[in-house]
Amino acid sequence: MDLAFTKEEIAFREEVREFFKNNVPPETRRKLQEGRHLSKDEMVTWWRILNKKGWGVTHWPKEYGGTGWSTVQHYIFNEELQSYPAPQPLAFGVSMVGPVIYTFGNEKQKKEYLPRIANVDDWWCQGFSEPGSGSDLASLKTKAERKGDKWIINGQKTWTTLAQHADMIFCLCRTDPAAKKQMGISFIVFSMKSKGVTVRPIQTIDGGHEVNEVFFDDVEVPYENLIGEENKGWDYAKFLLGNERTGIARVGVSKERLRRIRALASKVEAGGRPVIEDPAFREKLTACEIELKALELTQLRVVADEGKHGKGKPNPASSVLKIKGSEIQQTTTELLMEIIGPFAAPYDEHGDAGSNESMDWTAQIAPSYFNNRKVSIYGGSNEIQRNIISKAVLGL
Amino acid sequence: MDFDLSEEQRLLKESVDGLLADAYDFDARKKYMKEKGGWSKALWGKLAEQGLLGLPFAEIDGGFGAGAVETMIVMEALGKALVVEPYLATVVVAGGFLRHGGSAEQKAKYIPGIIDGSKTFGFAQLEKNSRYDLFDVVTTAKKKGDAYVIDGEKFVVLNGENADTLIVTARTKGGQRDKTGIGVFLVPADAKGVTRKGYPTQDGLHAADITFTNVEVGADAAIGDPENGLPLIERVADEARTALCAEAVGAMDESLKETVEYIKTRKQFGVAIGSFQSLQHRAADMFVALEQARSMSMFATMASDFDDAKERASAVAAAKVQVGKSLKFVGQQSIQLHGGIGMTMEAKIGHYFKRLTMIENTLGDTDYHLRRVSEGGGLLA
Repeated sequence: MDLAFTKEEIAFREEVREFFKNNVPPETRRKLQEGRHLSKDEMVTWWRILNKKGWGVTHWPKEYGGTGWSTVQHYIFNEELQSYPAPQPLAFGVSMVGPVIYTFGNEKQKKEYLPRIANVDDWWCQGFSEPGSGSDLASLKTKAERKGDKWIINGQKTWTTLAQHADMIFCLCRTDPAAKKQMGISFIVFSMKSKGVTVRPIQTIDGGHEVNEVFFDDVEVPYENLIGEENKGWDYAKFLLGNERTGIARVGVSKERLRRIRALASKVEAGGRPVIEDPAFREKLTACEIELKALELTQLRVVADEGKHGKGKPNPASSVLKIKGSEIQQTTTELLMEIIGPFAAPYDEHGDAGSNESMDWTAQIAPSYFNNRKVSIYGGSNEIQRNIISKAVLGL
Repeated sequence: MDFDLSEEQRLLKESVDGLLADAYDFDARKKYMKEKGGWSKALWGKLAEQGLLGLPFAEIDGGFGAGAVETMIVMEALGKALVVEPYLATVVVAGGFLRHGGSAEQKAKYIPGIIDGSKTFGFAQLEKNSRYDLFDVVTTAKKKGDAYVIDGEKFVVLNGENADTLIVTARTKGGQRDKTGIGVFLVPADAKGVTRKGYPTQDGLHAADITFTNVEVGADAAIGDPENGLPLIERVADEARTALCAEAVGAMDESLKETVEYIKTRKQFGVAIGSFQSLQHRAADMFVALEQARSMSMFATMASDFDDAKERASAVAAAKVQVGKSLKFVGQQSIQLHGGIGMTMEAKIGHYFKRLTMIENTLGDTDYHLRRVSEGGGLLA
């Protein structure tokens, strides 16, 4: 047992840090530190810098542009990326549809899509959730009917993150209405520019626009846009959601935020002294740091285990990472709220999308607190994670 | 980075788990607790035979030169089996003082008796008003020629009633809360002026309140520097806290197993109560608490090799915080999920709860250690 990184791993970490320091645009970093949303251009610019370095799709197989890193190297890379902070790769392309395509797609699809995903020439979004299908995803109703060499798609998706930027969507569609619910689903990809696709924004409680409703009205899609086999889409979705849990603990994100909390709490005064000198506040902060240290080690244990036994099936212990990781992220946003207290109140109707320099840094704290309620809901709500633990780990 | 046990460590784990599986079921435990002194000399002999009592000592002192990971393995196993024998007091604490602070003569005199199982120890540290501050010492050790004369009262000394030798913290200089002027002394339990009042503890162990009245010991009784013993005391206390964390992980692990087993078999409304989602989610949260505690137990174990005393102390305190929180949740919910049967002395689960509860209050509780980490500038600093 040895929790220290090897000399090689430490050298690798230095290389990664150095690269971020020299290549992440400072404005991008600042916005992330302050909890602001980035513009599409800012994100794409950074991802192309990463891709040029060969770090756009680090965990893909080497033949498709991956790095061949060890699980520990992946861990270090993600941790440094999150805690610098720099934008994480666009999950919908890089972590979700990419692996589905190189695992289940045909040669033509691999050639056509993979390089464009890596360079974010196409911005992908995810068409899974529907108004009536949240945690019970397999109850989805969006229909794809085969007509000759085409699919005709009708239905509605929701919570479609950043669909307003998207060029492509990967979509779970019901292709056999007679089959049992998991059996009749197919995995189909198509252009968001197709006729009959309508995107309607959903404004979330923080005032931001991250998610959308997407409507399909007789959308015509070439039959060859089916990935893998017809009616096997549920298997691919399960595979994809297993990959999604990698890095779900977001330890680096929380670490960065805790550092920021300490810094802010040393500046902001309350009761004639910096907030950090209030023992009650400081103990809450310390308790959160301890939880995060425990989570970091739990994550390393899962990573080490995957390194040994191969990724294969998703490790049910990763549900611990999702539950604790989301709780800690939420606690950090609560601590920020406590620091500014009554100054959390002012609301900027224009949101944070523009470069409103006059906006005080405190303006993003309440929205970020509201927005972070999502982390225990998305990616399989924490209640679903508890179901997974009780069934897959405890055998209940 | 590597979380695997070495081949030797794996064998150690198999052997200690195997020994306790054979010799330490719940009925055996009850029997051992009824023996004179409240624990089993025969079982202690078996631990000695398997080399478990000699693990942490250097080979030159007759031990196996094992490290913190080996102690973690043993403590976890002892926690699972709810072992009442004085491993912590004798091997971890007294062994720690001798290893880190003992002179060659002291090592030669005391270590062989620990390793062969013939001698046990007690750590006389807690005072009426010291609570968890190791430096808060009123008991005095006054120099008299070449000797020291010890006067004072110590409380809840684990294994104090049975110990052959007591390790006593006493003030050679300064006032009650001065951080210097504290010494550590080896005192024969049958020395003139030592009065012991023994009693059972809530969790089935035995302890004693001990009065020292004009107890005279030689200069060779002092372990390390009699005027600056606090760094040594803190180091050994950190090792003991780390060991307690591992013991708690073992006890929590087994509590969760027992609880899951119980709700799988207990039927109400015609079904196993484990089929109810409210209970499933509670059990899932217990698993989360256990795994977080396990991670921090490993962290503390690794930290005991840190050279920087401040970093080590902060890591161990952080572990005690996480383990303290986790053990309270797992312990309480184990009883809750067992329902009425969990309230009975006859069921094993309540005994885990009681041991876990006492572990929290040994050598600093959750709030105490949280304050320490907090005052030290946090864990990320």
